[in-house]
Amino acid sequence: MPTTVQISSRGEGERAGVYPGRVMTGETLYPRLEPLLAQVQKPIQYVGGELNAQVKPWEDVPVHWALMYPDAYEVGLPNQGLMILYEVLNERPDALAERTYAVWPDLAALMREAGVGQFTVDSHRAVADFDLLGVSFATELGYTNLLEALDLAGVPIHAVDRDETHPVVVAGGHAAFNPEPVADFVDCAVLGDGEQAVGDITDVVKAWKEQGRPGGRVELLARLARVDGVYVPRFYAVSYGPDGTIASVARTRDDVPARVGKRTVMDLDEWPYPKTPLVPLAESVHERMSVEIFRGCTRGCRFCQAGMITRPVRERTITGIGSMVDQGLKATGYQEVGLLSLSSADHSEIGQLAKELADRYEGSNTGLSLPSTRVDAFNVTLANELSRNGRRSGLTFAPEGGSERIRRVINKTVSKEDLVRTVTTAYANGWTQVKLYFMCGLPTETDEDVLEIAELATEVIRAGREASGRKDIRCTVSIGGFVPKPHTPFQWAAQASAETIDHRLRVLRQAINADRRIGRSIGMRYHDGKPGVIEGLLSRGDRRVGRVIERVWRDGGKFDGWSEHFSYDRWTAAAAEELAPFGVDLDWFTTRERTEHEVLPWDHLDSGLDKEWLWEDWQEALNEEEVSDCRWTPCYDCGVCPTNGTEIQIGPTGRSLLPLTVVGG
Amino acid sequence: MARQPDGPPPPPTVQKLRLRYTKRGPLRFASHRDLARALERALRRAQVPMAFSAGFSPHPKISYVGAAPTGAASEAEYLEIGVTRPCDPDAVRAALDAALPPGIDVVDCVAAREGTGGLAERIDASVWRLELPGVEPAELGSAVAAFLARDVVTVERRTKSGLKDVDARAAVAAATVGGEVGCAILTVVVRQVTPAVRPDDVVAALAAVADLRPPSPPRAVREAQGRLDDTGTVADPLGPDRLASTHCQGEHATV
Repeated sequence: MPTTVQISSRGEGERAGVYPGRVMTGETLYPRLEPLLAQVQKPIQYVGGELNAQVKPWEDVPVHWALMYPDAYEVGLPNQGLMILYEVLNERPDALAERTYAVWPDLAALMREAGVGQFTVDSHRAVADFDLLGVSFATELGYTNLLEALDLAGVPIHAVDRDETHPVVVAGGHAAFNPEPVADFVDCAVLGDGEQAVGDITDVVKAWKEQGRPGGRVELLARLARVDGVYVPRFYAVSYGPDGTIASVARTRDDVPARVGKRTVMDLDEWPYPKTPLVPLAESVHERMSVEIFRGCTRGCRFCQAGMITRPVRERTITGIGSMVDQGLKATGYQEVGLLSLSSADHSEIGQLAKELADRYEGSNTGLSLPSTRVDAFNVTLANELSRNGRRSGLTFAPEGGSERIRRVINKTVSKEDLVRTVTTAYANGWTQVKLYFMCGLPTETDEDVLEIAELATEVIRAGREASGRKDIRCTVSIGGFVPKPHTPFQWAAQASAETIDHRLRVLRQAINADRRIGRSIGMRYHDGKPGVIEGLLSRGDRRVGRVIERVWRDGGKFDGWSEHFSYDRWTAAAAEELAPFGVDLDWFTTRERTEHEVLPWDHLDSGLDKEWLWEDWQEALNEEEVSDCRWTPCYDCGVCPTNGTEIQIGPTGRSLLPLTVVGG
Repeated sequence: MARQPDGPPPPPTVQKLRLRYTKRGPLRFASHRDLARALERALRRAQVPMAFSAGFSPHPKISYVGAAPTGAASEAEYLEIGVTRPCDPDAVRAALDAALPPGIDVVDCVAAREGTGGLAERIDASVWRLELPGVEPAELGSAVAAFLARDVVTVERRTKSGLKDVDARAAVAAATVGGEVGCAILTVVVRQVTPAVRPDDVVAALAAVADLRPPSPPRAVREAQGRLDDTGTVADPLGPDRLASTHCQGEHATV
């Protein structure tokens, strides 16, 4: 018979009530989890023990972080952001960090039955025992998984219902630039780069605990709200006008900032993380290690939230990259390294870097890859260099728009001739498969713009067969529905309806299949328009959308990024019911074009971009005018550098890869 | 003719090493594919001079023998690797062990001896130890007696293509019962036949013949693999190679 022993003053008694049998915080749940694992699919994802995983004694540190990626382990484990924070926090002597991922429904059901709470994979500790739960939202479709994890953990899903015994729920990642739809569920959101912010948060929590938790949870959150880049939604009140739009967002305390700015790490070489990337036993979506070669992008693609919110461009130096690649390969045993960024061919030293890395790893069965997608001949040259020791199979380009006109609208200008020439060059250099990424449903788009994708693919196959002398080349056209995102020039745009997207994809497929002799060399990959509509609701939603998320989760919704779990009907039914009392609906949030002066739900969150500049850029988009990259042309006043006191950080440094030290003799 | 990469063919295999490794603790939940991935990466980290296949996507030369199922622990998993320069088996064992996560422990490594036959031919049976928490030894004893009295015990197994009938009895060469109050232990010697009979199948068979239903999932550990002899024990499959190591080995290369 379990006896409750009061170990510290953290209110274990209460939580032992939630899950009987647990006595102290930080205790492992593994003995009770193990019998459940024998009954579920892919149990390896729940046991931890990955290479480079870290386990620190609970009592040795004052601050405990659980870090969550709100999707399945195989998707979440390779996430760079979480891996970086995991290392940064575990390097601190006063903190530990463990990871937790979304649990599949088969295990979740067994856990509820057996009274086993959401756990970390590192030490199988209860998430409820941690001081902080950091959740990284790369996409809004993870929101229902947050609610599921909180509920499984025995933590109240509403932030207002939590007390000082519960973890502080911190949202991060790109979606945190509009956390309003999850404002009821998270305690705070961190805007921008997390490396330094998690350290500041740790300091605040540590001091508050050492002082004996003065003022309880509210005081802790107020202190956190004064940390640069931390937004605490409960200290901001939102009011709505008669037309349903936001009338105002006002802070409810004087000691928190009126607008919250983002964090920016300026010298990436000072933050060479992850140093020892995690290597799972289980299969994951990326069977390679990645080195981030720069952060930020100034290409100015108007649809791209990542490019807008991560400005300015900050390059890692060639020497910094070289040592991260070397150290990472040694620490992981991976056979492939991806040189990651939003547009890797734009690194000022990329040509030299590609050559020197290819030289260094020649004959070692180590693959190098650039996930870069800009369409120009230089990318083919780079890809040739990186693949000179291996196989040339697939190469990916992202023209994004089907017609030259729409490419001017989105500011991703490349002429049809250049595009065909580039892809043909790839075929002529021995690449047999080219993948082309496009979007559908872009602002001002017509059926004709999308139909040009078929013409382009046909042209590419014709020219490619001729240039390579081969019939077996292939072109895969991959199409995603466009979702307007906050902090971009398209934040005002009307999202295309699911019907519009589905119609355009249908006519495009017919056009591609019209000539079978060519069409059989063209593959087409796409999703229907429905998930994009829900992503649109969650992306540009405000606090009223929180009720929809909660309703969907209560009705059984989770894993919304997985087509076999996503239910459009469940979302539309919940949206209709929960939004009606406010006089708004799903279309109001998605297919409605916003006006210039409408208060947007994220206006009090500062990505550094000047709203007036965003509006001008939106008007220029509608006029099909382009804007150039500020890396090579004068500043066009997007606002980021003066707001944040930053500037672009690029080379070339003029240096080379440092020679490797010889190991083992 | 199939296209070949430019350049010289990869260096040939000059030595084969045979290893015994374990699947302990939480890593019993690793599948064979998970283990294979971990081993290949560890071989790279340990800088073992692996031989690779030729072609556009070269693969390291590794052969696995009879992998334990997901969820079953093992003290005796085997594999063979090809290397491009002679290596000291002990150094490879230590380096590889250090490069693998705790729980996958490399416990033995020998150089294959020419003319003694393949590793796979030396393995035709497994010794399994099954812990059954919540089951009394006496209860298990009578269930096992009922099981052994039968010639055939058909159980259903869930496979990717639906349910399949498997005879769990014929493959069982011996079964003994032990343990203590509250946790019976079954030791079974199972021949490696096709379709394979797994520990789960034996447990299902006990349910079928004696309605024995353990309150929580049994824990299975493969204690040994090898050739089953007339006395009902299995021989060390690395034995024939070990004999050789007393008189051989020219140069040793460090790993």
